Amino acid sequence: MAEISTGGGGHKKGGKKRSKKASTRVDLTPMVDLGFLLITFFMLATTLIKPQTMEINLPRNDKIDKKDETKVKMSKAITIILGKNNKVFYYFGETDPKTHVEPTIITTDFSKAGIRSMLLDRNKDIMAKVKELKKIKLKTQMSDEEFRKEASVLRSDKDAPVVMITATDEAKYDNLVNILDEMQICNVSKYAIVDLSSHHKDLIKPYDK
Amino acid sequence: MPKVKIARKSTLVDMTAMCDVAFLLLTFFMLTSNFTAKEPVKVTTPASISEIKIAETDIEQILIDSKGKVFLGIDGQQHRMNLLKAMGEQFKITFTPTELKKYSLRATTGVPMAEMKSFLNLPAEQIDNPSAQHGIPSDTTVSSEFRQWVYFAKKENDKIVIAIKGDKDTPFPVIKTVMKTLQDLKQVRFNLITGLKEVPKDI
Repeated sequence: MAEISTGGGGHKKGGKKRSKKASTRVDLTPMVDLGFLLITFFMLATTLIKPQTMEINLPRNDKIDKKDETKVKMSKAITIILGKNNKVFYYFGETDPKTHVEPTIITTDFSKAGIRSMLLDRNKDIMAKVKELKKIKLKTQMSDEEFRKEASVLRSDKDAPVVMITATDEAKYDNLVNILDEMQICNVSKYAIVDLSSHHKDLIKPYDK
Repeated sequence: MPKVKIARKSTLVDMTAMCDVAFLLLTFFMLTSNFTAKEPVKVTTPASISEIKIAETDIEQILIDSKGKVFLGIDGQQHRMNLLKAMGEQFKITFTPTELKKYSLRATTGVPMAEMKSFLNLPAEQIDNPSAQHGIPSDTTVSSEFRQWVYFAKKENDKIVIAIKGDKDTPFPVIKTVMKTLQDLKQVRFNLITGLKEVPKDI
């Protein structure tokens, strides 16, 4: 800041009489308040997270030939029925057409020891193969694209289990998302969401209290 | 007693640095976040391990709340106006330009066509009330209003991606009818919006 020297024979700088130093310090406290107010607005009105999605492909409703339907091997078919209160019923195969013996219904839930342990057990081979692929991916630094392609080839192996998912009217959307999630965790790629038939209803009636 | 003179120090702290920090944080938030659209009802989505992010544009969002009310909305104000006009022609209702504009400003709406005009003319305080919207009728799949909405939305914007945002406790039958309607309209690829869950480590 320019100072006026009273000593010496110099002329006054600037030609103005400066008897008092005018302060140029501005108090910035209100500016900070404004800044934080704006931050608070943006923090509350916006979001940093983009929502996640699960991609679903349903089969088209075109007429399916009867002969295509029965191609599913009995030993590979699993039917999962979602009941109320997060209960899950499942059975393997179908009613034996010759002896008319109903398949046994097993009740379980969404815990770790529930539906997931059954699916992991049924899908043991593919799970092992995908694990191997993951190790290879780390070693050879395979790209994500390639890994996904290879993994989907493994999953659509012809001996992979086929899962039919259906639900009662008392099931919730959460149950559906959980079961589709289990499909992804257990590497099951052959599944379909089907209607609840009266046959299904009869099968679970004694268990769904 | 001798007076001990305490040196007077200035109590004004220089706020310049604080101000810089505040505006830096503000700039960060302004550039990295996106405004969330106001939805008619609050929905808690179920969690899944899927990490696929939703598309940025051309989304058709089907919002279903825990009671089974269905709301629908598409991206783009012009698209919304055209969609409402098309629905109006189908149901023999003409909408005034102000009503069309009002509709296009809302991200998702779920009102039966019979109540649409009266809904759009509600005053500002009432229109945002969740109970003002009764949901799009979607009981049957053959000729439900919901089916018409989806059909015209596809016609309006061919590139549209369907995303279903359901609540955890939405009853399964509503989801089933929605999915069946989409299947009937040959829209077999769609997304379910979910929250993020950790991949279980002990597999």
